[in-house]
Amino acid sequence: MAYRAATVSAAAGLSSAGVESRATRILLRLATWFVLAFLYLPLVIVMVYAFNESRSQNWPPSGFTTHWFGVTFGNEEFRAALWLSVKAALGATTVALLLGSAAAFAVHRFRFFGRNVVSFVLVLPIALPGILTGIALNSAINFSGIPFSLLTIIVGHATFCVVVVYNNVIARLRRSWGSIVEASMDLGADGWQTFRHVTLPNIATALVAGGLLAFALSFDEIIVTKFTAGAQETLPIFILNNIHRPRNRPLVNVVALVVIVASLIPVSLAQRLTQDRTSREVAARPSALEPAP
Amino acid sequence: MLVVYLAALVLLFVTSFWRLNPLTQFIERTFTLQNYHQLLTESSFRTVAIRTVGMAAAVTLTDIALAFPVAYYAARIATPRVRNALLVAVVLPLWTSYLVRVFAWKTILEGGGPAQWLLQHIGLGGIRLTFSNWAIWIAFTYLWLPFVILPIYAALERIPPSYLEASGDLGARAGRTFRQVVWPLALPGVVAGSIFAFSLTLGDYITPELVGNTKFIGNIVSDKVGVIGDLPFAAAYCMVPVAIMAVYLFMARRLGAFEAL
Repeated sequence: MAYRAATVSAAAGLSSAGVESRATRILLRLATWFVLAFLYLPLVIVMVYAFNESRSQNWPPSGFTTHWFGVTFGNEEFRAALWLSVKAALGATTVALLLGSAAAFAVHRFRFFGRNVVSFVLVLPIALPGILTGIALNSAINFSGIPFSLLTIIVGHATFCVVVVYNNVIARLRRSWGSIVEASMDLGADGWQTFRHVTLPNIATALVAGGLLAFALSFDEIIVTKFTAGAQETLPIFILNNIHRPRNRPLVNVVALVVIVASLIPVSLAQRLTQDRTSREVAARPSALEPAP
Repeated sequence: MLVVYLAALVLLFVTSFWRLNPLTQFIERTFTLQNYHQLLTESSFRTVAIRTVGMAAAVTLTDIALAFPVAYYAARIATPRVRNALLVAVVLPLWTSYLVRVFAWKTILEGGGPAQWLLQHIGLGGIRLTFSNWAIWIAFTYLWLPFVILPIYAALERIPPSYLEASGDLGARAGRTFRQVVWPLALPGVVAGSIFAFSLTLGDYITPELVGNTKFIGNIVSDKVGVIGDLPFAAAYCMVPVAIMAVYLFMARRLGAFEAL
């Protein structure tokens, strides 16, 4: 009886026990723990440094204090950079939501000339090296004579934020679409009513999730921003400029902690909103680069 | 938006055939292959290109070696709950700021920092990682690791457990099952992951600047644009990673990597 039960469950693919030896399993588990430690230890160490008492970066820290948080938040340059980054991220997210969902609808619902080209071009800012996107936009801005401004930062960020929203929305459309719109129309709803009561509730969480991810991406971006910001200072540029000033190192440590926490909040929210599909959708994150890198 | 972006790329490509007049500092809009000639013949640019490709290859191989056990553990050994938690844990660092993650390694590897402290305590105090190619290698490996784990996991997850059992039943030992069943089926995922690690390393210029002291393709490009204003040469040099990636993607496609993305 027990033998039969075992073969049945193995045949159903429920049990794969026994293929890997015990030693292999233990080794794999150790390797996994090692990699997780490798992934998280650096973040923990940076967060510890934010509470470092001295300006010296020597390990271990001589003592702990929250003094530098006050200094950082009182710093005019930091506040201006933070505010610029928030404005840029809000702008890029808005553009990404509009264009990304429009592109997703178009590609999903209609067969048109150049349809494959659109989905290909959308992925380009992620696939190409971030520096290429950066200098391409930089030369285009110089060429057109538009001065560097918040607008040029937003345009630069939107190039790679659009695809995040696009990916989220099109994944949702493919999953939950089917005949639901036709059903709504058959039941007498007009186009606007269908959009308002059927389409929008269906894609709402995908939009919010895509928007949050786009915000997080834009907020952190450095590789493209360096070429589209001119003399303006976003928060990542503030970090980069101050890394080389030993006096300001404690500030950079605090900002690093703030940025880690600030980017994990929208991402964990996005994760909740998409629940079981998250790992895939969140995994659709482009490089820093994006792509960037 | 798309049009602006595409136009910018095309414009950049065209620019790579112009030249900066070294005397007037103006960009002359006449067709010339001078930039390409220069980057192919001048040994310093070749050295940088070779160094960049070598680093990208080293980082890619290290990432695969680190990613494979984790992906295998998640796909075949972990319980569903542990698997989900593990995948989220792998992806989450990608969402923290790229710059902060590079900065974290700068902090760790700096003189007097945690790495030196640790090395001294285990009796390896003679090793200097600060501002070295080793530092760049570690930082790149760290940055792109999640990108490599995910596609390998996706490929491994798709292997039906019955294949492994069949292989065992037919008398193959674990090593042979791995070589002849698991590895060929995982290969598209491995190649897909390698695309990320390789291309992201080729295009990066911040990491070498912060944790290392050698120049990579990205640094030359960034210096040419930012410091000298020689956009035509920068554009031409940018085409090196693009060409390398085009070849790489072509080969990856033949290995079936795109289906695994």
